[in-house]
Amino acid sequence: MTEVSVAKEDAVPEAGELVVLKSVNKHFGALHVLQDIDLTIARGEVVVVIGPSGSGKSTLCRTINRLETVDSGTIAIDGRPLPQEGKELARLRADVGMVFQSFNLFAHKTVLENVMLGQIKVRKADRKQAEEKARALLDRVGVATQADKYPAQLSGGQQQRVAIARALAMDPKVMLFDEPTSALDPEMINEVLEVMQQLARDGMTMIVVTHEMGFARSAANRVVFMADGRIVEEAAPDQFFSNPRSDRAKDFLSKILHH
Amino acid sequence: MFDFLEGYDVLGAFWTTVQLTLLAAVGSLVWGTLLAAMRVGPVPLMRGFGTVYVNIVRNIPLTVIILFTSLGLNNTLGISLGSSVIDTINFRLAVLGLVAYTSAFVCEALRSGINTVPVGQAEAARAIGLSFSQVLRLVVLPQAFRSSVGPLTNVLIALTKNTTVAAAIGVAEAATLMKTMVENEAQLIPISAVFALGFVILTLPTGLILGWVGKKVAVKR
Ligand SMILES: Nc1ncnc2c1ncn2[C@@H]1O[C@H](COP(=O)(O)OP(=O)(O)OP(=O)(O)O)[C@@H](O)[C@H]1O
Ligand SMILES: [Mg+2]
Repeated sequence: MTEVSVAKEDAVPEAGELVVLKSVNKHFGALHVLQDIDLTIARGEVVVVIGPSGSGKSTLCRTINRLETVDSGTIAIDGRPLPQEGKELARLRADVGMVFQSFNLFAHKTVLENVMLGQIKVRKADRKQAEEKARALLDRVGVATQADKYPAQLSGGQQQRVAIARALAMDPKVMLFDEPTSALDPEMINEVLEVMQQLARDGMTMIVVTHEMGFARSAANRVVFMADGRIVEEAAPDQFFSNPRSDRAKDFLSKILHH
Repeated sequence: MFDFLEGYDVLGAFWTTVQLTLLAAVGSLVWGTLLAAMRVGPVPLMRGFGTVYVNIVRNIPLTVIILFTSLGLNNTLGISLGSSVIDTINFRLAVLGLVAYTSAFVCEALRSGINTVPVGQAEAARAIGLSFSQVLRLVVLPQAFRSSVGPLTNVLIALTKNTTVAAAIGVAEAATLMKTMVENEAQLIPISAVFALGFVILTLPTGLILGWVGKKVAVKR
């Protein structure tokens, strides 16, 4: 794979807080999905978010790039609070890459066009530059040979790697992953995790919702455990998996470890 | 055998029909797309307007709308659409009425197309920083158009036949000429057959060609 001048090549995390959530609350009707969430993520940090189904992990991710609004509290990216709907918000969103469980590639565009679209329409790059960068990124995630195919012609693992390239093309400051491997057949999970691991090594700031313990142990700086809309426990991966403090975490881990 | 055609400009009348159809088709595609954009957009006022417009307009008989353009807009309000020639005014009023009416159906055909585009794609588009109108123009509508070629074809065929309503305000299109000929020639069956055939010649290829186009551009999922 060739070197691409995306993200930080030197892999030295600069000091500072990149994503800061302060007492964030969110309801869906009567359901209090996010309850007083305080979370700070440093530049270059990789945080794995884990927790039972319905605990609010996806909602947390979605509020960070404002696909969902919050009821109270503040969210700041690189020192700037998330603005209301509009041009300003769109620009800030481009700084936050997002990878979804269901890939969500644009079905009417080729793989190459998927990775070029944001560069041209949001970053105002010219076509030639955009294509060069798109090809380099596709090479980096290992799907360069698929560039001219349509998403439906690719396997799930390939589609998800294209989705990662599409997000990286915006030079995001932070990448959000919401269960990126949950929709994949087992033999494709690793090819996606390897790309994510490489990203982490390159110094990308990442928030990853996943139950892939192996990834958490090898790539994460911190594990955040959520239950019922709250952050119940935060710890280094080894400590969290071998010695969880809260009963909720013990209970949850015993369930996912023994099946 | 075709003596009854002598002295009548049948082709000219059908040419007017074609012009009415094409102009109204372009107009209602544009206005219908805007209506659809309003109906799926985030602004409550526009959503409300789109919904009310579609539900009122598609439930009014076209004849009433066409008559209103002539009696209401022209006679009462004095709107003449930039012409002083009565035939031109009527032609333009008819196009306006057809656009107003057909766009409601274009809007609904497109909206059903929009519903076939997975929400996740729109979210992914927002997540890379595209604005609402960019998401619509670059990701949602191109796919919506492709999957609504079928319903839009039906709307276009209906529109072609609906242009006959323009006869109500004296536009010299096919139905107007047919009425004149039937009155003068007392050859109802052959005259009707000629005009029926004329419409089939216009609409049949539309259906076939667009059916092929629809298959060709369909988005694989
Ligand atoms: N758009 C919505 N409207 C109403 N309720 C919602 C909506 N989205 C999520 N919820 C509810 O909010 C709660 C938290 O959902 P969320 O998707 O954040 O959980 P999660 O931790 O990601 O779960 P999972 O592991 O199943 O993905 C759930 O009870 C869910 O049913
Ligand atoms: Mg989820």
